[in-house]
Amino acid sequence: MKARQAVLAGVIGMDFAGVREAGLEGGEVVVRTSRGDLVTLLTALRDDPRTLCEQMIDLCGVDWPERRERFDIVYNLLSVSLNHRVRVIVTTDEATPVPTVSGIWPCAVWWERECWDLFGVHFAGLADHRRILTDYGFEGHPLRKDFPLTGYVEVRYDEDRKQVVYENVKLTQDFRNFQFLSPWEGVTTLPGDEKAHVARQTGGTEVLP
Amino acid sequence: MNEISEVSASGIAAAADTALPARREVTIDSHAMNFGPQHPAAHGVLRLVLEMDGEIVERADPHVGLLHRGTEKLIESRTYTQNTPYFDRLDYVSPMCMEHAFVLATEKLLSIEAPVRAKWIRTMFDEITRILNHLLNITSFAMDVGALTPPLWGYEEREKLMEFYEAASGARLHANYYRHGGVSRDLPAGLNERIWAWSERFPAFIDDLWNLLTENRIWKQRTVDIGVMSAELALAWGFTGPNLRASGVPWDLRRAQPYAMYDQVEFDVPVSRNGDCYDRYLVRMTEMRESVKIIRQCIEKMQPGPVKIEDRKFTPPPRAEMKRSMEALIHHFKLFTEGFHVPAGATYTAVESPKGEFGVYLVSDGTNKPYRCKIRCTGFSHLQALEVMTRGHMLADAVAVIGSIDLVFGEVDR
Repeated sequence: MKARQAVLAGVIGMDFAGVREAGLEGGEVVVRTSRGDLVTLLTALRDDPRTLCEQMIDLCGVDWPERRERFDIVYNLLSVSLNHRVRVIVTTDEATPVPTVSGIWPCAVWWERECWDLFGVHFAGLADHRRILTDYGFEGHPLRKDFPLTGYVEVRYDEDRKQVVYENVKLTQDFRNFQFLSPWEGVTTLPGDEKAHVARQTGGTEVLP
Repeated sequence: MNEISEVSASGIAAAADTALPARREVTIDSHAMNFGPQHPAAHGVLRLVLEMDGEIVERADPHVGLLHRGTEKLIESRTYTQNTPYFDRLDYVSPMCMEHAFVLATEKLLSIEAPVRAKWIRTMFDEITRILNHLLNITSFAMDVGALTPPLWGYEEREKLMEFYEAASGARLHANYYRHGGVSRDLPAGLNERIWAWSERFPAFIDDLWNLLTENRIWKQRTVDIGVMSAELALAWGFTGPNLRASGVPWDLRRAQPYAMYDQVEFDVPVSRNGDCYDRYLVRMTEMRESVKIIRQCIEKMQPGPVKIEDRKFTPPPRAEMKRSMEALIHHFKLFTEGFHVPAGATYTAVESPKGEFGVYLVSDGTNKPYRCKIRCTGFSHLQALEVMTRGHMLADAVAVIGSIDLVFGEVDR
């Protein structure tokens, strides 16, 4: 299986136009390409007798906010006739649209809508660019790393007004996200020990309320 | 008697001729209709905006996301061990198969492998889960098109299977039984015998259900040639699992890319060729028989042995050991607070869940929490093709199509 994957990665790297990089990552074929070459490459991957990826199983985004082009758009392709998988990755940022692949696989429409909804990635040429998973009238893109886990709005049923009302999120206790990195690798303040840290900073003169 | 009725009939016809104008043209506007979210045939919370031309569906626009709980976002802030219960709650009709995809993905990134007995247990429970799922789907599909007996029967059988769930994991539905590096605990004594005894009786139930539906005239009128997907269409629309096999594509991940112990058991992959609602039903019925075969083989081939890997960096120590050993106590504490750190990398790992290919695209950045966990749910693509499948059909056929593609919104909406 692994040898076959390596051969496949080699073939894609050598013979397909628009491939930036093709190789094995953890035993899985990963192909990186640019936005401009994406549609040509994916069409070739679907139609070439050596790859024959009839199915686009999945499309998803990954957010790396520290990068200039922060989003990875990942296409997981499957060939049922040749029994292999190919993963194609392109990058983009908040403003630059990625060409839609819904002309190659009709099922891409919903996956692209989902990616737009959760990450705010634009898809050029996508016929239906509505949100899909979040609420009607939702603002923001929840799977971005800078979107807080608790969100911004919450809903409840208001007994007096007899309707569901939207309100800003009020937390009775801050969401606690514990840091588990080793103290030798950068954590200077232990969770719950902020007092000692402030005391260190101010030389022990200031007392916290 | 005959004469009288003839006379009176012609009399009525004559009266109608004189009373009504010769011909009346009625034009019906196509109009939009809201189906759901609170509709018993919507299988949960599907909102379907239908554009109708009289009784004919012209356009179907499913609105999903009413059950969206942000699972993927939540997963990013929990450790790997804390995340398996979220997978039970995706497709709550086949929980253990969902867990299986996630633990396999994590194990792949960790480069560990569950012991043999754990793999047999997983294979067996995957198949129990498949029967659980198909029983609910087939019978509620039958209910959607008007038959009430199948769901009543099916629920009784599901109850027996959920008892096996409970015996193994302690919970009837949300099992949280599969863990990274094995399963949470060994099967209790006597469970295999109970499952074996059940597997001897269950085929008779499948026969009963089969006799109730397969040649039933109403059932066939409602399902044959409804919502037809050709093999090409099914592939292009991302169909997987029984829905794809009903369209004539012999594709099953258990056979093509075997995981757990599927390469050690013998089973057939049922394939049908018409791709309509009836064929999807037939494929699921036949799959249940195959599942029983696999379960019996698992029980026969299962040997005693460890059910989780003996590496204390990944699996917790037994409670007895914790009472005596300081190191075991530390391991236990670390595993359930910090969890384990997963080496950086990414994997797409898929299993054949009862509904089709359920995959997890897991990205790790080397910490104890997933950096990104994309859940490739099966129902999402099936539901998307609803428009293609229902166009030109009657409204009642849309209900049959929804029933036949096996939707659970916990999974579609995530």
